[in-house]
Amino acid sequence: MTATGTASAAPAPVLKRRSPYPGWFFLPAAIIYGVLFLLPTVASLYFSLTRWTLFNSTFIGLDNFAQFLREPFLIKGLINTILYAVITSGLKVVLGLLLAVLLTSQVAARGYLRSVVFFPVLVSTVGVGITFTVLMHPTNGMINEGLALLGIKGPGWLVDPNLALYSVALVDVWKGVGLATVIYIAGIVAIPKDYYEAARIDGATKLQNFFEITLPLCRPATSTVIILSFIGGLRTFDLIWAMTRGGPGFASDTVASVIYKQYQAGFYGLSTAGNVVLFVLVAALVIPLTMLLNRKQGHE
Amino acid sequence: MTMIRKYWLSVVAILASIVVFLVPFAFIVLMAFKDQRQAALLDFSWPAGNALWSNVVEVVTTRNWMLVTAFINSTILTVASVTLLVIFGAMVGFVLQRRKTRFNGLIEFLILAGLMIPPAVVPTIWLLQGTGLFARLHGLVLIEVAYGLPFTILLYRAFIATIPRELDEAAIIDGARPFDVFFRVVLPLLWPVTVTNIVVQSVAIFNDFTNPLYFLPGNQNATVQLTLYNFQSQFSTSYNLLFTNIALITIPPLIVFLFFNRQIVAGMTAGAVKG
Repeated sequence: MTATGTASAAPAPVLKRRSPYPGWFFLPAAIIYGVLFLLPTVASLYFSLTRWTLFNSTFIGLDNFAQFLREPFLIKGLINTILYAVITSGLKVVLGLLLAVLLTSQVAARGYLRSVVFFPVLVSTVGVGITFTVLMHPTNGMINEGLALLGIKGPGWLVDPNLALYSVALVDVWKGVGLATVIYIAGIVAIPKDYYEAARIDGATKLQNFFEITLPLCRPATSTVIILSFIGGLRTFDLIWAMTRGGPGFASDTVASVIYKQYQAGFYGLSTAGNVVLFVLVAALVIPLTMLLNRKQGHE
Repeated sequence: MTMIRKYWLSVVAILASIVVFLVPFAFIVLMAFKDQRQAALLDFSWPAGNALWSNVVEVVTTRNWMLVTAFINSTILTVASVTLLVIFGAMVGFVLQRRKTRFNGLIEFLILAGLMIPPAVVPTIWLLQGTGLFARLHGLVLIEVAYGLPFTILLYRAFIATIPRELDEAAIIDGARPFDVFFRVVLPLLWPVTVTNIVVQSVAIFNDFTNPLYFLPGNQNATVQLTLYNFQSQFSTSYNLLFTNIALITIPPLIVFLFFNRQIVAGMTAGAVKG
């Protein structure tokens, strides 16, 4: 009796010690993420304060950051980054929502339209960049030739310093609007049909439907789209690099392209300082934005 | 009246979609069919002859078959990274969702940080050089895993919440060890979200340009996106070849799109709105 008692008691602590959800499941991911993402991120805080050749580093305090704030083209890159992120995320919200409303309505060829809007999301950014660089050629490019047919003289999309950044931003919207549309479609489909039926009985117009029902009830989708595309916009590099290399001059440089240029030139400390600036910029803009969007959501 | 208006809206939408979305892709394909002289005009004309095959041969064989090497590299990179992402990401998502400890808050914070913070490039290169992983394919595999984990984990965690705990408990009562509970009971049930993760991550990694540019220099290691970048200077006067290259590397995403279009959309939205 006692023998069986101890025998059955013995495995109990073993079972208790071995949770069915073992902590070591975190290990592989934690090691890779910790070593290759967290460690460099923390190290960047130190190396941004140094003059650095990868082999040895000299501590120079905040000189790299001072240089960032002194050089006009670096400041230009900072402003461009914010402009680019605001423009692309703003356009993606507006166009994505309008497209989603259209593509959840009784429009003909809905499946085709949904597919065709989404496909660019899957295609290589560099390929898209090169294609649009050719399409936006000031004299031979198809866009300007098309505009000429309508009697409009097209601008030098990528060669005009005042326009280059916006042209790249437009291509970014072309490529990315499909994702925003898909997220909005999910948001709109989730709205219960009863609201629209009740509104119809009350005699609401389509415009009222949109502003009083669809728009407010899509708020989770809106905040997802804004945050995703805003972070993407702040970090943008490949499209800028494929289309303008930050040019003409420094007209379309963003922080990410400045980081690459400084890295290529061997200014590793300055490049890393650029990374810290980008990091601070993302944190300073995205965290309050997230809180704002989530708070409004809470009031609904 | 409303019928006519609805009809017009559809026609306008379809026409606009052709001009805005199909014409650029048609342009890529037409350019791939042209010879060098006609392609240099950059116009949207019908190819005079069919130079597709000679373009393909030239693009593929140039620089010691660099495009073939690149396709092999990109395939290895994509398959290896996605495999690790799926297994490790699902493991974390599973335990994170099931077991509530005081570390959960910290782990969730780290995941959100990983989604937001731009990776520190040069310190990563320094670290890779120190560990002998710089300019090596398996080094880049680990980088892609590190950068892809947060999103993968988020999708898995949201989905695992919908799988009843009773299933794990039943398996445990039947004598399954934790390892078996996960790999033989839970992981197969995660298949729908695994498909989403595979598709989303493989497209992202296959199309990645920035990370190979920084962490995998050298022609030996070129990925397909880098061939485009390398050829851009070499082929600056041969637009036919440049666009043949773009057309060739767009084939894998196109296949993914044809097979998984619905699932990508469904999975992405499930994750995006819940996450």
